[in-house]
Amino acid sequence: MEKNLKKVDIIFETSDRCTPLEVLEKTLKRSPDDIILDLIDSGLKGRGGAGFPTGLKWKFTRNETSDVKYVICNADEGEPGTFKDREILDRVPEKVFVGMVICGYVVGAKEGYIYMRGEYNFLLKGLLKKLDDFNQALRKRNIDFTIYFKSGSGAYICGEESALFESMEGKRGEPRNKPPYPTVAGYNGKPTVINNVETLVYTTMIFHMGAEKFKELGTKDSRGSKVFSVSGDTPIAGIYELELGMPLHEFVNEFGDGDTKAVQVGGASGHCVPRKKFNDTIIGFEGIPTGGSMMIFNSSRSMYNVLHDYLEFFTEESCGQCTPCRVGCQQLLKGIEAVKRGERPPSYLDDLKKLTATMKIAAKCGLGQSVGNPFNSIVDNFREEIIY
Amino acid sequence: MSKYLVNLKINNMPIAVEEGTTILDAAKKLNFRIPTLCHHPDLTVAGNCRVCVVEVKGAKLLAAACATPVSEGMEVFTNSEKVRIARKHIVELLLSEHNSDCTKCYKNGNCELQELASEYRIGDHVFLDLVRPESKIQDISSPSIVKDDSKCIRCQRCVRTCTELQGVSALAVVHKGDQQKISTFLNKPLNEVVCTNCGQCINRCPTGALTERNYIEEVWNAIYDPSKFVVVQTAPATRIALGEDLGIPVGERVTGKMVAALKKLGFNKVLDTDFTADLTIMEEGTELLTRLKRALVDKDETVVLPMMTSCSPGWIKFQEHIFPELLDNLSTCKSPQQMFGAVAKTYYADKINIKAQDMVVVSIMPCTAKKFECERPEMRDSGYQDVDYVLTTRELSMMIRQAGIDFCKLEEDHYDSILGESSGAAVIFGATGGVMEAALRTAYEIVTGREVPFTNLNIQPVRGMEGIKDASIKIKNVKPEWSFLEGVDLNVAIAHGLANARQLMEKVKSGEANYHFIEIMGCPGGCLGGGGQPIPTSPEIRKKRAEAIYEEDAGMPIRKSHENPEIVEIYKQFLGEPLSHKSHDLLHTHYKPRHRY
Repeated sequence: MEKNLKKVDIIFETSDRCTPLEVLEKTLKRSPDDIILDLIDSGLKGRGGAGFPTGLKWKFTRNETSDVKYVICNADEGEPGTFKDREILDRVPEKVFVGMVICGYVVGAKEGYIYMRGEYNFLLKGLLKKLDDFNQALRKRNIDFTIYFKSGSGAYICGEESALFESMEGKRGEPRNKPPYPTVAGYNGKPTVINNVETLVYTTMIFHMGAEKFKELGTKDSRGSKVFSVSGDTPIAGIYELELGMPLHEFVNEFGDGDTKAVQVGGASGHCVPRKKFNDTIIGFEGIPTGGSMMIFNSSRSMYNVLHDYLEFFTEESCGQCTPCRVGCQQLLKGIEAVKRGERPPSYLDDLKKLTATMKIAAKCGLGQSVGNPFNSIVDNFREEIIY
Repeated sequence: MSKYLVNLKINNMPIAVEEGTTILDAAKKLNFRIPTLCHHPDLTVAGNCRVCVVEVKGAKLLAAACATPVSEGMEVFTNSEKVRIARKHIVELLLSEHNSDCTKCYKNGNCELQELASEYRIGDHVFLDLVRPESKIQDISSPSIVKDDSKCIRCQRCVRTCTELQGVSALAVVHKGDQQKISTFLNKPLNEVVCTNCGQCINRCPTGALTERNYIEEVWNAIYDPSKFVVVQTAPATRIALGEDLGIPVGERVTGKMVAALKKLGFNKVLDTDFTADLTIMEEGTELLTRLKRALVDKDETVVLPMMTSCSPGWIKFQEHIFPELLDNLSTCKSPQQMFGAVAKTYYADKINIKAQDMVVVSIMPCTAKKFECERPEMRDSGYQDVDYVLTTRELSMMIRQAGIDFCKLEEDHYDSILGESSGAAVIFGATGGVMEAALRTAYEIVTGREVPFTNLNIQPVRGMEGIKDASIKIKNVKPEWSFLEGVDLNVAIAHGLANARQLMEKVKSGEANYHFIEIMGCPGGCLGGGGQPIPTSPEIRKKRAEAIYEEDAGMPIRKSHENPEIVEIYKQFLGEPLSHKSHDLLHTHYKPRHRY
């Protein structure tokens, strides 16, 4: 079976060959500029979904002049269908911590924060103990960096980086206007690197294995591997680390139940790919990127219900401050209900598609901007299911 | 650090503006108007309504013009196809969750959303109606403010006003998504939370979601009731702003026209709150000197200093909620409005031979908190409710329009006598620093026998729009009976807007401040920026109104309260002297601590 899909074992690998602290010690001997060059060379892009080059983010923050800077680990994993950060924090938290310390060393920050969604508080007991030990280990090595922990309160929007800062500052979690970007003015208005949990682990692993080896994995636009959360109609739901750039049909062959009708790539805010497009779809930044969520639907599923669920989710989880998102989400939800009930003609779906175009360019943050992804991909591919 | 210039193009027209300028302000310079709703010149940038979105060449997303600073080489399009479609969508979305019953709305004709809808000629809504029936239940618990959530567009201007300008935070954003709304602590009615009734939120609400509780019908009924003798008093700051609602440019004084209009409306007597502003100065000035004497001569440790003014009912309620431990610092003087009511239904009623129970006292105020104040149980010293109805400047303009009066063409008229004569010192009560200036003009003269040592009596150090001002005046060559004040530096401070008041109070509480006398006005700019004044408001508008107030003062034949002949007369005939027993009965009051949540 020719197969590009390749399972790899980087993140969760826990051989004795090299402990996270050894990676840390080794890396701190290098110059910050050298580390940045390495990271840029590795081609690592943010694993939270947006895919911003991690090396550049660190570089921009390093270039800012400020006495105080911060490193923040975004563990507010809220995208429906995503549960890989939970697994990472549970199994290999030290690798996350080390990524944060190296980042702090590179950009000139002395404080790091892990902002974890409140729903994961059951991890706290073990995690805080490991964090304590780690902070002590830093002090023992005279490394001037401390990692603190903050717990979120359950709003999806707080995973948006600027809303996360607001939440950390004790305010309502509402996204800020940009610019300024976090690298210039983030938490407490100071230059801040905010990286996803998985991104930070990969930085640690890149410094461990070398950029060259990391680059061998994946494609030109999507270097390396990625942790996927596989759920839905699959006999083997779970967490898998896979090489980036695989064709979707191979993924479905591996994980589907033989009756796969569609895959929602990238969670509720991602794209729905129907069976007829499995062959042409690459999972990666050159095709359809994902923060990790892969939801598989078989022919027993109503795509109207799927879309309805997503829209209900966004209607509730929009922070509510900006018009396109707050009202737009409600109109999309009520709109498909009205079409289903025959109170609006099928052509009303086209009016709603135009509305998503406005939401995409006029909403204040990524939430409102991406609601059109599931809406258009489901309406376009399963129009009959929405109407009848 | 001097800012450098940034070059950009807006709709293909080149312009250079200072670094940090927003696209919105840059476009204004080129006379391109970009619509806004959540933006307000008094408030921080929100960028949440999104109607100001513009296209920036090369950018995937539209930019909110109010929140995006210009950058070198930027090319902006304010009316491209993309922009137009998006903006129209946004207005349609706002209308879909807005109770668009415009003809029945109190703000009909003065609504920023209505204007936008009219500009874009939104016909039948494309989108579904999202207004929730329960949101149409208005909160009418407050005697000052009506809150109607069905009209709210969530721009958060009220929330920013209440937090940033007033430091009160009675209003806040609650819930998220489709449930998001502007609410109070535990969603309690406005009369049960820490709301000072200042009405600044009303001044900045773009729609009809926050309006004043109006008493227009009640006042018409009183006017039409033949058994009632209706007297009206007008606050200092109304005469410099009323015209704005009636087709007259900002900053033009309309005192004479206002009096003429009130007479045409059918009020039996048109009198002036300025008269009792002068009376306030007599009482409050004497109270200050008495407190100083007790502190400095009698070494009376129960005397509380600094003394603080008590004219502004929003400020009073703020103090009762937030700093109850400083209530003894407040002057016991009632506000001029309430002094007027008490004097009108006693002294004046006697004079004109009208029974107090047949008299209706109506106030025209720049203020919504006055509506609350007149209903306070302490304000019934005449034996009746001293002031029956309070109308804002805005409500008066509505009555004038309802009566079909062509305000611009009115001949100027004069206040009736008595209770109609006043001084320039009373007029400046309408501006921040005015009560202080008026008090100093009188107190200094009482103590030294000479006029205050400032050119034309204009005490410049206490004027201006700075949030907190302070000044020190050396008292020299005093009259023998005031010898204890010889050489004393009288330290005074002035704050306007409750966020500034809070800062000053914290200093007083910590002992950091060493003042004898403090003037506080609840609203930014003082009464001229009051919550009952014409909408819109902005720093520029308030500056023009202040100029008008000082012009009015400069043009008055009498500039000092103690020289107002009607004041001299009322003491001679009725009150005796300041702080007399009668004064205490009618003109002074007390305060009560209120809860803090």
